[in-house]
Amino acid sequence: MKFTLSWLKDHLETQASLKQICEKLPMLGLEVESIQDRSDELSEFIVGYVEEAYQHPNADRLRVCIVDTGSEKVQVVCGAPNARTGIKGVFAPAGARIPSTGDELKKGVIRGEASNGMLCSEREMGISDEHDGIIELPSDSKIGEGFAKIAGFDDPIIDIAITPDRADCLGVRGIARDLAAAGLGKLKPLDTSPVKTTFKSPIDWRVDLPDMDPPLAPLVVGRYFKGVKNGSSPKWLKERLQAVGLRPISALVDITNYVMMDVGRPLHAYDADKVEGDIFIRLAKDGEKYTALDGKQYVFDEEMIVIGDDRGVDDLAGIMGGERSGCGEGTVNMFLEAAIFDPIRTASTGRKLNIISDARYRFERGLDSTSPFWGSELAARLVLDICGGEASELVVHGAEPDWKKVFTLRYSRIENLTGVKVPEPDCLRILKTLGFEVSGKGERIECAVPPWRADIIGEADLVEEIVRVWGFDEIPMISMLNDNVIPQPALSIRQIREGLAKRSLAVRGMAEAVTYSFLSSRDAILFGGGAEELRLNNPISAELDAMRPSVLPNLISAVGRNSNMGSNDLAIFEVGPQYSDATPAGQQMVAGAIRSGNTGARDWTKSTRPVDLFDIKADALFVLESLSAPTNNLQVDPSGAPGWYHPGRSGAFRLGPKVLGYFGDIHPKVLATMNVEGPIVGFEVFIENIPTTRSKGPARSLLKLDALQSVNRDFAFIVDHELQAEKLIRAAQGADKALVTAVQLFDEYAGKGIPEGKKSLAIAVTIQPKNQTLTDEELETISDKIISKITKDTGGYLRD
Amino acid sequence: MKEWEDQKTKLVESIHSASTLDELEGIRITALGKKGTITGLMKSLGSLDPEKRKEAGQLLNAIKEEVASAIDARKVTMEDAALDAQLHRDRVDVTLPVRPESNGSIHPITQTIDELTAIFCEMGFTVADGPHIESDYYNFSALNIPPEHPARQEQDTFYLPPDETGTPRVLRTHTSPVQIRTMEKTTPPIKIIVPGRTFRSDHDATHSPMFHQVEGLVIDKTSHMGHLKGCLIDFCRAFFGVDDLPVRFRPSYFPFTEPSAEVDIGCTRAGGEFRIGKGDDWLEILGSGMVHPRVLSGCGINPDEYQGFAFGMGIERIAMLKYGIPDLRPFYDTDIRWLKHYGFVPLDLPTIAGGINR
Repeated sequence: MKFTLSWLKDHLETQASLKQICEKLPMLGLEVESIQDRSDELSEFIVGYVEEAYQHPNADRLRVCIVDTGSEKVQVVCGAPNARTGIKGVFAPAGARIPSTGDELKKGVIRGEASNGMLCSEREMGISDEHDGIIELPSDSKIGEGFAKIAGFDDPIIDIAITPDRADCLGVRGIARDLAAAGLGKLKPLDTSPVKTTFKSPIDWRVDLPDMDPPLAPLVVGRYFKGVKNGSSPKWLKERLQAVGLRPISALVDITNYVMMDVGRPLHAYDADKVEGDIFIRLAKDGEKYTALDGKQYVFDEEMIVIGDDRGVDDLAGIMGGERSGCGEGTVNMFLEAAIFDPIRTASTGRKLNIISDARYRFERGLDSTSPFWGSELAARLVLDICGGEASELVVHGAEPDWKKVFTLRYSRIENLTGVKVPEPDCLRILKTLGFEVSGKGERIECAVPPWRADIIGEADLVEEIVRVWGFDEIPMISMLNDNVIPQPALSIRQIREGLAKRSLAVRGMAEAVTYSFLSSRDAILFGGGAEELRLNNPISAELDAMRPSVLPNLISAVGRNSNMGSNDLAIFEVGPQYSDATPAGQQMVAGAIRSGNTGARDWTKSTRPVDLFDIKADALFVLESLSAPTNNLQVDPSGAPGWYHPGRSGAFRLGPKVLGYFGDIHPKVLATMNVEGPIVGFEVFIENIPTTRSKGPARSLLKLDALQSVNRDFAFIVDHELQAEKLIRAAQGADKALVTAVQLFDEYAGKGIPEGKKSLAIAVTIQPKNQTLTDEELETISDKIISKITKDTGGYLRD
Repeated sequence: MKEWEDQKTKLVESIHSASTLDELEGIRITALGKKGTITGLMKSLGSLDPEKRKEAGQLLNAIKEEVASAIDARKVTMEDAALDAQLHRDRVDVTLPVRPESNGSIHPITQTIDELTAIFCEMGFTVADGPHIESDYYNFSALNIPPEHPARQEQDTFYLPPDETGTPRVLRTHTSPVQIRTMEKTTPPIKIIVPGRTFRSDHDATHSPMFHQVEGLVIDKTSHMGHLKGCLIDFCRAFFGVDDLPVRFRPSYFPFTEPSAEVDIGCTRAGGEFRIGKGDDWLEILGSGMVHPRVLSGCGINPDEYQGFAFGMGIERIAMLKYGIPDLRPFYDTDIRWLKHYGFVPLDLPTIAGGINR
């Protein structure tokens, strides 16, 4: 919402400076977006008197001018044919910036003559395209005076953002009212008394709309003007419209725009001679169309309110008039519409047709219900003043929608809600200046809401009005105290685990990524997603149209991008959501990670190698361990990983039926589809699936250290090639649960010396004597137990 | 006796001049071995009369000890020299680089959430969360945003297919639905923050279709805008690490709060350098207000008995301001160069005890 300072002062009697006003506005909730003060920009451009102008000695087309600026005499070389002794022009000293180009003016020597400034043309000043000569100012212009003032540019333009509730500030008057309430002046009276009417309007309303609550068009007011002269608007009107970014068109149209900006009351002016019969208001027929004032054609549906005459529809209610019946230069008779339309209907129509207009903006935020009447009078006064002619009586259909609301304000509520004690007389004064009718005093104050404040719907709004105007700066600052002496944990177990997972993986050298919750349907399908219920109706692009079924695909596609930038060896993770369905339960918290390329850059110790699934399995186990998963009881299910993993090089971590995670090589076909080079290994750990240990308090079980030295025995077994190593390890562990305390697999071998279809697995078993040192015989017995248990459980036999 | 002394002197001289351990061992055997010269002399003592034997024995023992300790000393010297030589041969170029290891890093979003959690937790808040896919009831209606409300149009909402009852599903456009979910199931007092993902259909230099917000909600019988002010001013000063940071509250509008306030922090652009702190300019960083009575009663909380405030701010925005990260979009690009540059040391968990400003 733009307005100029002088416009504001039409409504506000004030001594306040621009600075004071602009500092107050945001504190009232009217955020200042920009202040454009052309008198500031043009401060260096002043009236200069050409004391003498003579022919340049070395150039035919140039003149040397001696310019009196009021404070000094400056020599300027000028090429304008009208630069001559005795005229007054716009002088710009060296250092000034030319408004049209932004270039800084520099001192110079032109063909041997010094030039220390410039006399400007209209084009250079950004006023018009005129560049045939320099500007000649009236001879009574005061030497040294600012040009901005003379040209009427000394009216600063203020642009403020209006929050959706403040429809009343979509007119300059509303802003003035707020400032008056805040003590920055006095709201001037507005003359909305009826104009003199001389005849009955030949055009009437024919409103044919279904009964609805709220009504679609509760009130329409029209007035016929005859014998008007629709020329171009007076200078002041054009300047104001231009200042706020509106293009002057013709006086009648400009008046409707002016009233809209001035008091927030949109109007529409029909050329009455282009209207046939009465004017109807009805719902459109499907497929009906019109050409709007913006020159574009729009097609209606049955929900849109349209206005027209015997020749057809030519106006979209509350949004934009039509080309056919609009006013033009030749208009002599005019019909002026001021109506109230349902804001919701106006908004939905505008949205469907994607028409953005100043009128729609105001209609959909809600107009003053009484404005059709006083707006008509205000506009009529301007029409008669500027265009002459005669005004008809009003033609009215419907009645003011019921806008009267009274709320009780409990005085104590102000302090209870905001902590500020506003003295009662100030409360009453503020409410009254804002237009509330106030009665009663003490604890209960009855407040009748003015018609322009439809946003006030209860006591809390009244409190806000008072404190907003009183000043949010008056609200005390009271620090929040923690109610608990010893703070309770702020995080749930799941939240703690999220954090632990992140920092555990980062400690393992991985970089944390945060990626979008959505991705392409193609990638979603590759990772088991893509269900209809998880596809966005309105994605910003096809690349981001489905909710992610896994955290891996976004990490994998990052490999390609990083590789293009020269980083091939990646170790990245994300702890975030995946979505298996659209319900709250379908959102799961996952720790996922990938490693790609080599374990590091090539190095002189030759220690780096391509990453493999055991790297990522270690990462996964580390996370599981960090999150207190019972890793000793985990089963690795070699066929448990889903289809985006390599079927022979992946596994699932299970705890009974519960899957805690997956790990392995990413399926080469997935990588090929995603156009990423492998190998890439990855894991997913489902944080919510990890059981929370039943709390037995913080105490640990008692540590019993064995006093005796443990013994190590190595065994190698020939087993079937398909045998899972874990089976053999578990067999060894189970051979004597008391004495076998650790089993470490240290070799896997197949090939020469090993029968076809078999492999050798070697383990080191730690045997821990308990009460006394084991004799050779006892050790022999345990070894035998281990061998027979492994033979029994795995079908393997001891390697010679 | 004199010849014994001479013999000893000779031996000690030869020990000192011995250059190898073998040579030294040879000397030891020659002198102190079973058939060594000194051993021989010791043996011959038996033939002397007791008086002389005692005197000669003492002398001989002294000689024997002196020779033995000379040998030991020489041995240590030679071993040390040998070790020194060995060590000299073993030396390596210690300026060679170590085996490659990558240093992990924590994303600025995580670090920022951990920081603000530490601060709010100090004020007694707990952390709540909720689903990203919401019904439009929780995202809009329950927050006093009816379907045709202009505020609802201004948010570019991502829609998903409706549920089985035909209710539209949306990606939450703010973390505020968690306010509703919490109030529905909790009897006040309530004191929560809600950091999390939010989504809006907007993509340009300053908007990302996914971003993070943190919501705050306090409901009890007495909390008012003064507490809101204290809570947020304390937060801003702690978070940005500026004790005298100016914080300004301006009236504003949000459908779910009344009165509503936007909060600005002081900043300066003096000398072309942006800095947060006392200055001539303001920067808007969050929205807040007293929870709207309609919102409370919609959640089954009596607005005549309970009241409180809510606030919300963009996490990327405060992270960018605090850590001087110039651009929003790379937050989600997973560019390893960005993650390493703007990331944080893995174990540097922000705490009140350790401070939250790095």
